[in-house]
Amino acid sequence: MVQINEGLCKSCGYCVKFCPKQVLQIGHERNRRGHFFPVVVNERSCITCAVCALMCPEGAIEVSKGGGKA
Amino acid sequence: MAEYKRSTMIADAPSGYCPGCLHSLATRLVSDVLDELGQGDNSLNVISVGCSALNILYWNGDFCSVAHGRAPAAATGIKRTNPERLVFAYQGDGDLCAIGLAEIMSAANRGENFTVIFANNQTYGMTGGQMAPTTLIGQKTTTTVYGRDPHSTGYPMKMCELISTLEAPVYVARFALNSPKGVREARAGIKKAFQAQMQGRGFTFVELLTNCPTNWHMTPLQTLDYMNTNTIPYFKPGVYKDITE
Repeated sequence: MVQINEGLCKSCGYCVKFCPKQVLQIGHERNRRGHFFPVVVNERSCITCAVCALMCPEGAIEVSKGGGKA
Repeated sequence: MAEYKRSTMIADAPSGYCPGCLHSLATRLVSDVLDELGQGDNSLNVISVGCSALNILYWNGDFCSVAHGRAPAAATGIKRTNPERLVFAYQGDGDLCAIGLAEIMSAANRGENFTVIFANNQTYGMTGGQMAPTTLIGQKTTTTVYGRDPHSTGYPMKMCELISTLEAPVYVARFALNSPKGVREARAGIKKAFQAQMQGRGFTFVELLTNCPTNWHMTPLQTLDYMNTNTIPYFKPGVYKDITE
């Protein structure tokens, strides 16, 4: 399961670029600093590889098992 | 790694780094490795001047902020008086290979038992994108507006290659943070360096190739491609010296 701490996001887009299953997408809402944060659009495809969390410079993404296929 | 939990070594707030800056990824990697080794409370971060100084507000562990370029000198004193602590200096390229070149080479040559994490983004990020010793040939900065010309400013300095020629260092490696593969390797490299220090082996040096979206005037995603086509062919990632075994 992918949990996104919206307040920490700076909208660099690394999580969206490197996700092998296109689980994430940059959303249309902004956080309080004005950055568009990613949203989970396809959770069923998530294989909990945690590449999104690995590449997030801010550590804004946490991944835990449960949900998705794993 | 299939699960990820944010480290408690970094504050529960956005870092001071610009969006997409791999400096904050480097900081996060160090905090993850410290958590993994259970050394968070025992660690001491020697923070230098430059963008790395933004960690003063972001780092939850013990730290010491020192004069420009002098992090290896300060870390030497700290490690010699507190040999049981895990000491590492976190430096950028303007700090380490310009003003602090004497300190890093001398500390490496003495084989001091601490680790240097070197974030190389080929520019002076904090002061507005001037040319650093590591700026690539042809790269435009605010002080090389037509691109760096080697006839007047020399060639980009390869610190890993330089330090690996010395006798004393035990682990010298360079990793690029622009791909998941590189980040995983960097994490393993930082862990190896810290473990070597805990075993008292000697000087360890980890260079991390990072980006600077703000001063390269690119989007974060464009900088990752720029690193692939320009930075990595010149600053080749790899382990340059490893006598930790």
